[in-house]
Amino acid sequence: MTRRQKILLIRIIAAAVTLAAAALVPADGKIKPFLFLVPYIIAGYDVIKRAAVNIIHGQIFDEKFLMAAATLGAWALSEYTEASAVMIFFQIGELFESIAVGKSRKSIAGLMDIKPESAAVLRDGKEVRVSPEEVEKGELVTVRPGEKIPLDGIIVQGSTSVNTAALTGESLPRDAAEGDRVVSGTVNLTGAITVKTESVYKDSTVAKILDMVENSSSKKARTENFITRFSKYYTPCVVGAALLLAVVPPLFAGEWIKWINRALIFLVVSCPCALVISVPLSFFGGIGGASKRGILIKGSNFVEALAKADTVVFDKTGTLTTGTFTVTAVHPEKMSEKELLSVAAAAESRSNHPIAESIIAAHGADIDSSRIGKVNEYAGMGVEAEIDGEYIYAGNRKLMEKAGARWHGCHIAGTVIHIAKKGEYLGHIVITDRLKPDAAAALGELKRLGISKTVMLTGDRAEIACSTAEEAGVDEVRAELLPDGKVEAVESMLRPGKPVAFTGDGINDAPVLARADIGIAMGAMGSDAAIEAADIVLMDDRISAIPEAVRIARRTVAIVWQNIIFALAVKAAVLAAGAFGYANMWLAIFADVGVAVIVIINAMRALSAGKRADKK
Amino acid sequence: MRKTFELCELDCAACAAKMEDGIRKIEGVSHVQVNFLTRKLTLEAPDDIFEAVLKKAEAVCRKTEPDCRIKR
Repeated sequence: MTRRQKILLIRIIAAAVTLAAAALVPADGKIKPFLFLVPYIIAGYDVIKRAAVNIIHGQIFDEKFLMAAATLGAWALSEYTEASAVMIFFQIGELFESIAVGKSRKSIAGLMDIKPESAAVLRDGKEVRVSPEEVEKGELVTVRPGEKIPLDGIIVQGSTSVNTAALTGESLPRDAAEGDRVVSGTVNLTGAITVKTESVYKDSTVAKILDMVENSSSKKARTENFITRFSKYYTPCVVGAALLLAVVPPLFAGEWIKWINRALIFLVVSCPCALVISVPLSFFGGIGGASKRGILIKGSNFVEALAKADTVVFDKTGTLTTGTFTVTAVHPEKMSEKELLSVAAAAESRSNHPIAESIIAAHGADIDSSRIGKVNEYAGMGVEAEIDGEYIYAGNRKLMEKAGARWHGCHIAGTVIHIAKKGEYLGHIVITDRLKPDAAAALGELKRLGISKTVMLTGDRAEIACSTAEEAGVDEVRAELLPDGKVEAVESMLRPGKPVAFTGDGINDAPVLARADIGIAMGAMGSDAAIEAADIVLMDDRISAIPEAVRIARRTVAIVWQNIIFALAVKAAVLAAGAFGYANMWLAIFADVGVAVIVIINAMRALSAGKRADKK
Repeated sequence: MRKTFELCELDCAACAAKMEDGIRKIEGVSHVQVNFLTRKLTLEAPDDIFEAVLKKAEAVCRKTEPDCRIKR
């Protein structure tokens, strides 16, 4: 408890004790009101003071003013015990509310705990501790085991394993050695490393993430705007109703005291705080919970859109697939598979093309470079290499025609590399971009969540695209698209009220990310462009983060609606009961601060939305 | 210029919304955000009148929540 909260608690206790004493002390009718004044003042002096200040400032629809008016009204009606007790009860509610708000602020601060406090930078051969903001680009910083990496950079010395859980939600440490890129906000676990910084703190990953989470509340959801507008009219309306209730019925029926009493109940219920606080808090909780799982959402409007997402569109290479090529089939004509692979690897050994690399990787064993003579690369065709004095051709159909070899196609979809020795066809190797291991499961999950359509966009040939799509379980494929084509494809899917999410790697599909209702960038750790362009950023490249994000968004939106409906229903019920004389001041206070406390506690469940989803 | 300030003793969500509305009406303010949860005020105004705008914003804060202060 903070100092303010402790003081409030002491005042509540003191007021409760003096109230009991005032009620028990035998005193005659004239002194009694003054005895009750003691607990009333102890409990409510600040409320009365604030109310007075607010009137001077012309702020009449403030919670404190309404409380003061209600209790002074009760006082005027000689309801001394009630006036004091209501004030005490109100303060108890305020105390609870303050504790609940403090708790939620703490949990949010916990999310912000990824900020590195200091950096040990090497200057003039000496290590100096400065705040990360003071480190320049290109300086060397040392990071000891257990410390947070302060800035994005490349390891120039040492090797270690890095815990990226704070950014990605992935608890398995990653190994990093000299030449590897490390990201600010992650924790260095095992070895001391020296990192050459690649950016200043302001542009680092951790600063960007913090900025995004903190400012996510500026992009407001429709529900949020609705509540803000609603509360602007709600209080004046209820206060107006209270005035009418106090004046109109007694003009006809008399019984002024009875009606004024009921009007006071209206005043107490008229504060919109529960609503104003719970909706943004729920969204913030959801966004915070998601960020713990490595899912960064740029605003509550995107939480709302994602919860309603109708179509999820994926880019193929690098998003549904790993983006790295692997050999999936070796079909020799006469020799063994191993021999064909060995010949191909030797021919490709001087090339650093991704296809060449995949063949070399599949071959595995060392290649004797003395066997290789002259090598020619034909752009868009393949390579010609002199191996053991003979010309070997490895490439596509065009190269085979050039070499004069009688090639034939393959029944397996993928990129086919034909190999020929002079004019003699040796066979072919099929290379495919492999599907991410969690792709099929994630797409199944999206279906179960009721996403009506999944689509894959790619610039690749239709046959490769179709086989990938089938394997992943995507509903629709649009292949052989040029970069503009992807934007057009997404545009053609946009329908009002049915949000379309596009998922890409964020590197060359920024226009598509921007055009979709919800742009999701994957594997964005350390990629500035992706963080800028997308609405939702996935720190690592798990596809399963997408259904997870949808689940978190839905849960958050559900909590928002629970809170809105609960708060409005209780207030409406108490107002109705109050108008007909079935509610007392106590119930009214519950409808005000009690409801606020309950919705705050409920809103905080959104923070754990990610964790819950994990357990299922 | 855009600057972020901490708001001390910001205890009421409705007040935070009112503050934001009030500050938005100050002449010269191009962007304002009062975040109740992080207790932060983000204010954007032209450099030459920033200080004057900030003073007016402080007055708005005092008016809506007397205990609330902008920490500079």
